[in-house]
Amino acid sequence: MTVLLDPTSERSPAARERLARPDRLEGLTVGLLDISKPRGDVFLNRIDELLTERGITVKRYMKPTVAKPAPLPLAQQIGTEVNLMIEGLAD
Amino acid sequence: MSDMSVAIPRDGLVAVVKRDCPTCVLAAPVLAELAAQGGIVVYTQDDPAFPEDIADRIDDTGLDVSHRLGIEIVPTLIRFQDGQDIGRTYGWDRAEWERISGFQGIGAGLPAFRPGCGAKNVEPGVIERLKVRFGETGLESRRVEIGDGEDEFEAMFERGWSDGLPIVPPTEERVLRMLAGTSRDPQEVLGLCPPNLVPATVEKIAINAVMAGCKPEYLPVVLAAVECVLDPAFAMHGVLATTMFVGPVVIVNGPIRRQIGMNAKGNALGQGNRANATIGRALQLVIRNIGGGKPREVDRATLGNPGKYTYCFAEDEEGSCWEPLSTDFGIARGVSAVTVFAGFGLQGVVDQKSRTPESLTRSMAGSLRAIHNPKLAPACDAILVVCPEHERTFRNAGWSKRRVYEELFHLCEMPADPLIAGADGIAEGVKPALAGGTVNKFRSDGLMIVRAGGGAGMFSGIIAGWSTPGPTGSLPVCREVKS
Repeated sequence: MTVLLDPTSERSPAARERLARPDRLEGLTVGLLDISKPRGDVFLNRIDELLTERGITVKRYMKPTVAKPAPLPLAQQIGTEVNLMIEGLAD
Repeated sequence: MSDMSVAIPRDGLVAVVKRDCPTCVLAAPVLAELAAQGGIVVYTQDDPAFPEDIADRIDDTGLDVSHRLGIEIVPTLIRFQDGQDIGRTYGWDRAEWERISGFQGIGAGLPAFRPGCGAKNVEPGVIERLKVRFGETGLESRRVEIGDGEDEFEAMFERGWSDGLPIVPPTEERVLRMLAGTSRDPQEVLGLCPPNLVPATVEKIAINAVMAGCKPEYLPVVLAAVECVLDPAFAMHGVLATTMFVGPVVIVNGPIRRQIGMNAKGNALGQGNRANATIGRALQLVIRNIGGGKPREVDRATLGNPGKYTYCFAEDEEGSCWEPLSTDFGIARGVSAVTVFAGFGLQGVVDQKSRTPESLTRSMAGSLRAIHNPKLAPACDAILVVCPEHERTFRNAGWSKRRVYEELFHLCEMPADPLIAGADGIAEGVKPALAGGTVNKFRSDGLMIVRAGGGAGMFSGIIAGWSTPGPTGSLPVCREVKS
């Protein structure tokens, strides 16, 4: 383990901070990522319906395989097209 | 590891030696004599097999005991009584060894005296490691642990510590070595760092200097530069928050320039010199990390400029016929000093034909009048960086720096009419109320002159400033470099 000295004013936590959650979804684009787990689409389809009913823009994505991280082009595409992401993580 | 984990005899003789020390090798038979006579505990710093004639020598290649005992020279001979160090001597000195050991006539075949060698535990790089291990650094900054599986360079980027280029990991050992570059107390506060007005301690600045790639001997220059920007007259918050291009431009004068190998000659304002590059970068990292001033946050620059990574150079005092820039601020020639100016970029002054000072100043003034916009006056403060082949023309004519300044200032006094807003079909310009009069491109003393650059080329340069110059905006600030 490497120990470094904090070069900052120490006004924020030493651990990396998560991105702030949006306080509402209106006007945002939500990505739904199917990681290719069985029945992930059932969950995501329902989320899609619920969001769409509320007038929120939804974009759908799918990883080619559950066994590996998303290919870089897919990650970059998602990063430029959506404001937040929901993944279907389990069977 | 605490001091308690290092066991040291409470009574008797203790010696610390290393094989790499000729005096230790010379005195090794004496240690064997003392072992035979009354006993001695010998710690060896480098070779656990040395001294061969001492059967129960103790391996101190980890240097924990040496550090605990504060050994600076080997051999060191110490007598303990009830856990107290009641006498010690360094090197081989028969009289001293006799006094401390209590045995007379030891080392009979040896010369009376031989100086010792430096101990391993105080070697640069080692002493810092030992201080970290014993918790003796005195450093107060928060420790940030980077996991074994994490790339420390990526981890630093992700924490937002970098200006966009890789930074040197600020380990405790590196920061301790950096702090050795100054005699100032690590907890001394130089001022409140904008924009968040956070106390800027010597320690925090040293951490950022490590990250920028500075050597410890650059630290006094970095500290002086930070003092300059923390002076309210510099208005660092405004310089940061403006939509204009500016950032701190650092100019170094005095003997420190050559001591730390700064470049004042060819490509002085360009890349390739570690001191030039890292001192300017350290100042920017201080603003970013201590002050919290980041682009697209408080830093509202529309375009910025490449000098906001680093903008630092030295004046070529040896090649100049003029007084150094720092003397304009009342600091005596020969005293190391840093001047910081809120400036940006470099506008070239190309004149390869002028051979008289009159022609050259007219040429330079033409370029100066174009700063920001030819129709704006006063526009800003500026630094004219005069190259050697241009300076030669002034030198041969016997023109002092003051005379060059006064001539340029005079040539930058312009009739207002062509500059008025709307004139020449250009909406930009000065106030109509100035019609019929004259305006100057600069406020009085708003033009500074510095000599730098390589031998060939008739190319001087203009570093333009912020459009809010002077007491109501940013003033250039100069500070002496303190060791």
